[in-house]
Amino acid sequence: MHEFSLCRALLGQLERLARDQGAAQVIRVTLRVGPLSGAEPKLLRDAFPLASEGSLAEGAELVIETVPVLVYCPACQTDSEASPNDLRCRRCGAADTQLRGGDELLLVSADLRTEPAIQT
Amino acid sequence: MCQDCGCSLNGPAQRLAPLHRPETQTLPLLQSLHLQNQAVADDIRNHFAQHQVLAINLMSSPGAGKTTLLEATLAQLASEFRCAVLEGDLETDLDAQRIRAQGVPALQITTGNACHLDAQMIKDALEQLDLANLDIVFIENVGNLVCPASFDLGQHANVILLSVTEGDDKPAKYPVMFRAADLVLISKIDLLPYLGDFDPARAEAFLRRLASQAPVMPLSARQGEGLETWFGWLRDQRRSVQTTLAAQSA
Repeated sequence: MHEFSLCRALLGQLERLARDQGAAQVIRVTLRVGPLSGAEPKLLRDAFPLASEGSLAEGAELVIETVPVLVYCPACQTDSEASPNDLRCRRCGAADTQLRGGDELLLVSADLRTEPAIQT
Repeated sequence: MCQDCGCSLNGPAQRLAPLHRPETQTLPLLQSLHLQNQAVADDIRNHFAQHQVLAINLMSSPGAGKTTLLEATLAQLASEFRCAVLEGDLETDLDAQRIRAQGVPALQITTGNACHLDAQMIKDALEQLDLANLDIVFIENVGNLVCPASFDLGQHANVILLSVTEGDDKPAKYPVMFRAADLVLISKIDLLPYLGDFDPARAEAFLRRLASQAPVMPLSARQGEGLETWFGWLRDQRRSVQTTLAAQSA
């Protein structure tokens, strides 16, 4: 279960960003996670509230976009969708494909709440 | 009151009002969650390169024979190369003791509950090693086919052991790990006659389905079979580290 470590790294990034932007709170975090990233969305969702406790991102909504595994086949010059444990070209069966997507583990965006400029 | 920022303006007036500042903003980022680990790993890789040290990250499930392979490797290569070993385990320094018994410096990194090594752990451990006096550093990762795959340690190559007792379908079951392999060693092949259901060719076929070009070497650390091929690969790797540095400084 390295998802907790990943969440802690994520929190480090979020806290730095929030500080740089002068934000008081992180209210939403959007991640993009591919099947070949080595991270499991469900475990990230479980770990995030624990890892974010007491941080600026405590209580933030975690949105996880999942993406398919995509490979490019140099032989037939096509992109095709693949399964995580079979990256062969769907069209010609060639095994020397190049991964075009599916290993992403990205912080896509963060929604920050800044202190209201003027309080009334 | 405005719902966005708490100012006192309401409705269409908000759009005109200089006092109104929406208090939330979406910051587009698209940055890797491995950013921090990656930065440390890159530092380590540079550090290794400066000293022409080859760094090998050994990964496998628990009990695949990483330490036994290291013992056999050091018995042969310790006279040829100056080696050191970083041992990652949740608990105990038993593996480090086995390596030290070979007269090779070994540092134990106990990870507690962490199921993998990360770059910072390696960086901290390296402070205790003098890279100027080393040729090869072996990093024996925590026995686990899942988590270690996600953490760059600044190594030059990932070597993954697959022991014949585990089954030949492991590359299909752990694609993230096996995709990271620069070399796959099929270990404990002396046990093949007793198993009957492990087919090295099938294991390699599953690996090729991952679009992996990694060489596959069957070996037995106990009986010695296949070890020469592995030593040859290590020598080539070490040579290429030296050549790379020479090319950079030329």
